[in-house]
Amino acid sequence: MTVEFRALHKSFGATKALDGLDLTAHQGELLALLGPSGCGKTTALRMLAGFEKPDSGQVLVDGEDISDVPAHRRDAGMVFQAYSLFPHLTAADNVAFGLRMRKVGAAERRSRAAELLELVGLPQHADRYPHQMSGGQQQRVALARALALRPKVLLLDEPLSALDAKVRVQLREEIRRLQQELAITTVFVTHDQEEALSTADRVAVMRDGRLEQCAGPAELYDTPSTPFVAEFVGTMNRLPGRASGDGSVEVLGQRLPVRGDAGTAGAVDVLVRPEAVDATADEDGSARVTATAFHGAVTRLTVALADGTTVKADIPSHRASGLAAGASATVTLPERPVLVEARAA
Amino acid sequence: MARLTNRRGIRWWRGAVAAVAGLYFLVPLACSVLFTVDVPGQGFTLSAYTGILGASGFTGSLLLTLELAAATIVLVLGLLVPALLAARLGAPRLRPLLEVVCSLPLVVPSVALVAGYSGVLRWGPQYLSRTPLFQTFVAVQNADFPVVLVLAYTVMSLPLAYRALDAGMRAVDVRTLMEAARSCGASPVRAVFQAVLPNLRGALMNAGFLTLALVLGEYTVGALLGFRPFAVWIVGIGGSQAQLSVAVSVLSLLLTWALLLVFAAAGRPRTRIPRRALAKAAPALVPQESAS
Repeated sequence: MTVEFRALHKSFGATKALDGLDLTAHQGELLALLGPSGCGKTTALRMLAGFEKPDSGQVLVDGEDISDVPAHRRDAGMVFQAYSLFPHLTAADNVAFGLRMRKVGAAERRSRAAELLELVGLPQHADRYPHQMSGGQQQRVALARALALRPKVLLLDEPLSALDAKVRVQLREEIRRLQQELAITTVFVTHDQEEALSTADRVAVMRDGRLEQCAGPAELYDTPSTPFVAEFVGTMNRLPGRASGDGSVEVLGQRLPVRGDAGTAGAVDVLVRPEAVDATADEDGSARVTATAFHGAVTRLTVALADGTTVKADIPSHRASGLAAGASATVTLPERPVLVEARAA
Repeated sequence: MARLTNRRGIRWWRGAVAAVAGLYFLVPLACSVLFTVDVPGQGFTLSAYTGILGASGFTGSLLLTLELAAATIVLVLGLLVPALLAARLGAPRLRPLLEVVCSLPLVVPSVALVAGYSGVLRWGPQYLSRTPLFQTFVAVQNADFPVVLVLAYTVMSLPLAYRALDAGMRAVDVRTLMEAARSCGASPVRAVFQAVLPNLRGALMNAGFLTLALVLGEYTVGALLGFRPFAVWIVGIGGSQAQLSVAVSVLSLLLTWALLLVFAAAGRPRTRIPRRALAKAAPALVPQESAS
């Protein structure tokens, strides 16, 4: 089952929620919609669920425009942020709610509900009411409920945001396992980049109602196509540099090739990940380590350059011994193409 | 810990407040009861209570009031529930307007309201005597079941019912419940009836009860329009038989309480942990042989 957003536009009063969104989720893939709040990711998901109508554009499922199909006739199961279980029904009745709407017989409802609760690991909670369960258990039941009608698409609207960290990690792994087991096309809205990168097949980064980049997690991290993606996903340093306009940039006394838009000339910010920055202890170095933070295998150094720019560098912890706070150092970059952004004057 | 040292003080204050409040409510009630059973010259007698059932008009007026109350509850809920749901789901900006409209009856005293009603009731038939609407005016004033009282009570109970329903809707996330039900394949109407209303049971019961209490105690409109619901009957009987009218008041108070308890019991959400689940989760807590 393929889901396709085509040139979606939607405004709420003066705010533009979607400004021409084009995006495709392929059969059986987990696509994460990632972006800051207000970027339109939830609106896009709600359009797919049928809770919002686009001002213009189309939502296609398997090539068919479903814009006019009412929400309850769409073949989509949805898990909401939190507290969406029906408080007056037990876990089993919640799961069986959709089957009741489809007039499935009581015996079959019961066995299917039991099967689904088994699937999400809560077979012993069938008779519990929502308020008798923890947040994580409630979201598992909500997941079972969303899957009860064997939908073609699974929609997840920040289902983990209300849970505490440990449960969140557990549940996202479980969601991923189930999604792969059932090979169900899934759209997962989140503002948590770690969540998106660790669970999704592809991540679509959105900004101001448009798609910035849609790619696999590794590609998104290693070769972000825009400065926004680069800074939103992971940590990013901004180093002052000077682009020559012929596809190279001078930064930290090195000359490096520019990736992407090579035509930029003049003062630029060079975007580099902390793990790509190398710092070595050097008595004559112009940079100075201002803080260190031990992260196990790596230590993150905060280094002030001669011109006052702060750089974060992740270096292997065994090499960090000579680089305590206050030490002088030299900072270098690897000979690899870098992303640049023209500096705002 | 501060909490432990304070607890005794808090308990003491609670007791004092409860005692003062209790005295405030119970002393007049006790005096009323005493007045009805201790008749000068006769000593202790329950004749006032036994006389109630025989008093002319008691059953009729009580039944009329209960019927009016039932009709009012149906009308109020039938108006308010769809309006509040629609405002919550479709037009949140209309909610303040709805609140103001529903609160207006608080500002208009019932005497003013009834003055308006009687004006219309007098004016209408004169001008409409040749139209079919004339019959309408006759029908709404039928003394067996004065529809006009239902209309008046509905307006008067709007503020109470609005608050009860609004509080209930605040407590549940109506929009999410609707959307969850719809994504489970429920049409909008079924979503309202099967996912939203069951979770507003307490609020519906509260709104119903407040309306019932209002109708049971309403005197002004009924009396001024010349009908004889329960409250009007009590006042009427009070002029001639003082003991009897107080006894009726005491009884109607108890009746209201009893109805309140019934409503509260019916409106309570089902929070009981099913025995089966409890037995599995904590077998030690469940006695092997249940007494019930």
